[in-house]
Order: sequence, then C-alpha cells, then structure tokens
Amino acid sequence: MTGTLRTRRGIFLAHAVLIIIGFLLIYPVLWMVFGSFKPTNEIFSSASFWPRHWTLANYPHGWNAIPGLPFGTFILHSLLVSCLVSVGTVLSSAIVAFGFARFTFRGKSILFGIMMITMMLPTQVTLIPQYAMFHYLGWINTYYPLIVPAFFGSPFFIFLIVQFIRGLPKELDEAAKIDGCNAFTLFVRVILPLIVPALITTAIFSFIWCWDDFFSQLIYLNSAQKFTVPLGLESLANAVAQEEWGPLFAMSTVSLIPLFLIFFFLQKYVVRGIATTGLRG
Amino acid sequence: MRPRNEKVAYLFLSPWMFGLLVFSLGPILVSLYLSFTNYNLLQPPKWIGLQNYVHMFTQSQLFATSLVDTLEYILISVPIKMIVALAIALLLSLEVKGIGVYRTVYYVPSLIGTSVAVAYLWQQMFGSDGLINKGLALVGIHGPNWLAEPRTALFTLAMLQAWQFGSAMMIFVAGLKQIPESLYEAAIVDGAGRLYRFFRITLPMLSPVIFFNLIMSIINGFTQFTQGYIVTDGGPLNATLFFALYLYEEAFNFQNMGYASALAWFLLVLVGVLTFLVFKFGSRYVYYES
Repeated sequence: MTGTLRTRRGIFLAHAVLIIIGFLLIYPVLWMVFGSFKPTNEIFSSASFWPRHWTLANYPHGWNAIPGLPFGTFILHSLLVSCLVSVGTVLSSAIVAFGFARFTFRGKSILFGIMMITMMLPTQVTLIPQYAMFHYLGWINTYYPLIVPAFFGSPFFIFLIVQFIRGLPKELDEAAKIDGCNAFTLFVRVILPLIVPALITTAIFSFIWCWDDFFSQLIYLNSAQKFTVPLGLESLANAVAQEEWGPLFAMSTVSLIPLFLIFFFLQKYVVRGIATTGLRG
Repeated sequence: MRPRNEKVAYLFLSPWMFGLLVFSLGPILVSLYLSFTNYNLLQPPKWIGLQNYVHMFTQSQLFATSLVDTLEYILISVPIKMIVALAIALLLSLEVKGIGVYRTVYYVPSLIGTSVAVAYLWQQMFGSDGLINKGLALVGIHGPNWLAEPRTALFTLAMLQAWQFGSAMMIFVAGLKQIPESLYEAAIVDGAGRLYRFFRITLPMLSPVIFFNLIMSIINGFTQFTQGYIVTDGGPLNATLFFALYLYEEAFNFQNMGYASALAWFLLVLVGVLTFLVFKFGSRYVYYES
C-alpha cells in the first residue's frame, strides 16, 4: 500500500516538475507570439505574456515595413528554396542510400566511412573554395548555390535512409528478382514505396534546416529583391526603430508558422527522425 | 545484389560521389592550397608560404580571442545542456502518462532555436528593459544590462544554446531504453538504492551516448554563427566573437580569403580529432556493420 502511494506521489511529483519546467521553457515563445498582439509599449511594461490590450496593428506594420518589399515576398522565396532543397535531398539521398544498402562492391566500407565523416563536416571548412567556385559560375546572388548541392545527396539523410532500408527483409529483393525485376525496377517499385516514412522524415528535416539556415543565405544573396525570410527579418530589424519590437515579433511569429505546422501535424515522422538527426547536435 | 552488379551500384552512388568531389573533397584540398596564399577573390591567389598560419598562431589577437570566447561558450553551455537533458530524460523514462506531449513541448526550442526570429527574441528578452529584467524586478532584483557587459553577454548566448537541449534529451531517452531492465532488477534484489543504481548502472551504461552527445555539442559550438551575429554582433569588446563569426568576418568583410582558409583548416583538424574520438569511443551510435 505504502509502495503504491509512494509511486503515485512520485508520479504526481514528476508531472509537476515536468509541467513547471516545460512552461518556463516555452515562456519565451509565448512571450514572442502573444507579444506580437501587444502595443509596443506594453512589451516593455510587464513580464506577463498575456496582452492587456489586444492589437493586430503590428502585423500590417511589419508586413509592409520595407518599402516595395512586403514580407510575403521573402516567404515565397524561402518556400521556393526550401521546397526545392527538400525535393532534391529526398530524391538523391534515396538513390544513394539504396546503392549503399543493397549492393556489395569493392571499397564499400571505405566509401561509407568517408560519407559518415563528411557528415560531421562544418560548412565553414568548404566555404571559401565553394564561394569562389560559385563566383566563377556567376551564381552569386542567385538561389543556385543554395539549391543545387542538395541534388547530390546529403550524407546525413543517406545514413538515415540506409538504416531504414537495411530494416527491410532481403527476401523482398529475391522475390522481386524472380518476378523479373532488375535493380532499377526493384528500387522504384519495391523499395521506394516501403521507405516512404524515412523519406517524409528526410523531407521534413531538410525543409526545416533550409528554412532556418541564415549563414548560406547571408553569404550568397546580396540584393533585397532576392531575400529569404531570415534575411528579410534582419532587414526588418534594421528598418524599424531600435526599440520597436511589435512588428519584429509579428513577422518572427509568421516566420515560425511553417515549422509549427510541420511539427504538430507530422510529429510522428519528426520524432522518428530525431534519434538520428540528433547527430547534428 | 551480386558483385556482378558493381557497375550498377556505382551508378546509384554516382550523385553522391560527384557531390563529394565537387562540394566536399575538392574544396577541402583547394582551401588547403589557398591557406598558403594571399587571396581576395578578384586577383589570382599569391603564394606566401606559412605566413597565414604564423599570423594566426603568433600575431593575431583576434584569433586567440575567438578561440577563448568559443571555448568559454562551450564550457558554460554544454555541461548545463547535458545535465538538463539527462535529468529530463530520466523523468520522461518514468513512463508517466502524456509523455508524448512533454516530448513535443521540450523539443520546440531545438526546432526553432537556430532561427533568426529566436535570435531577435533573445535580444529583446535580455535587453535592459527586457523580459528577464522585468521578471527579476518582480522578486526585487535589479538585473544587469545583459548584452552590454562582456561576461553576461557570453552567458546570455550560452543560455540560448543550453535552451536547445531537446535533441540531446531525445538521444538520452533512446539510450535509456536500451539499458536492460534485468540489471536494475538484479540490483534491487541485492538491496541497491536509487543513487547506487544511477551511478553504478545508468551512468556507465549510458556513457557512450553521453560521450557522443558531448562531442557533438562541442563541434556544434565551433560552428555557431547566427546567435553571435544577430544578438550581439560579436560584441561587446569581442566577448562573443565566436570562431565561425571571426572566420566569416575575415573572409567576407575583409576579403582575407587566404587567411580564412587557414582558419577553416584549423577547424577541419579540430573537428577531425573530435570525430575520430566519436568513432573510436562512442561507436554505438555511428557503428556500421555490413
């Protein structure tokens, strides 16, 4: 009896701690999202996230703060880049992963090792020659440097998909071969449909990382007409007055909407991916 | 597939192999060459021998500053991140109801933490009139101007990093699940207490995962850019001039592409050593068996 009581109290305590920490952890996000519905002076006057005077004024203000470039332009650009990166990463990574997972060939373990090592490679290491290369190609201030590399497989997602394919029974391959499949038809007709969950995880994470990525976009895009959401936010911060947080909070909230939508509607796939994607730190 | 299909295998690998040559291996070798040159993108690179490295290790005050800043940032943020991640993972492993909801909430900071939006949010929160000081005022503490003092500015960014403990936590949760229940049962039969079980079973069994998380967090620290750029712009007094930010400024503000390549090679060697350690000792997560 005391045992169950103690466990019950233990579980109650665990819940209490988890809820309190969770609330504190999320408070900054609540502060920003609800802050975007406060008049700017109220953002400074209290520590409560709940607005005393609700207003929608920050949204049109932030949306139109940069003359001639409504915030929607940046969103379109970010959607274009992130979607193409996502598609490219899924296609190329799936093809390469199939090669690693279902064939034996000379040098396989060395190549796989190289791939695992390049997974750890920080952007900065290859940055300057890549920049010089794109410069000679005339690709600076275009979206190509952001999109094209995604079509050559991302080590990280190749690894994720390889693990997934290796979980599929080899008998499938044998059966498909008896039915007259060659490597290509086996890949397209048998393997691809079965690895859809891993592909969705790949699509989600490559989209999110591209959407959040500031560094490459800062380097490769120079003119405001081409800016994406992260660069648009930076321009917005420079365009509004120093302490004018309302419009900035409003557009920041807008910029996070796609991430929240993905996270809450496709959570199953996100959770599945995290154990592997945690590799990214 | 049979070995006669080797050509087909290479065909499937070809996109990655092309990308590896053009976007990774090639640039790494080229940047090794560039690190021995004076290069500003417009004129052809000029060979200057070891000068960039000599400058980096013996003359540049900023290189030393950026290393110290980055190490301090890692030393503050990583232990907090690891301890919180492990503590919450242990709580979640109690199999309380609604674990999915908690997991979701706790992962949100990791999901959005590197975005520019959150960088600005942090700038507001730690401003002299920001959320943190408003909160401190409620309990009668007059908070400092966080982002204006070198010490507190670095601390502020370390907190932003620690806030994103969600993915480390998820890896701990997965690691905890793999510890055999029988170990705990045997220990309980032997009369072992909670603390004893934690230190003698949980921690040792989890050590490869802890090690893995630790090294990844260190590598991650050396590549942080957005936070230092947006929240503090490297300041005040270069207190948050992180390594990646320093490299960016040398390359793109001063066009010292040769010197920046030397910095990149320094980073490559450092990450190489750390990665080697992961493969050697933390192999449970990255081990490949064919």
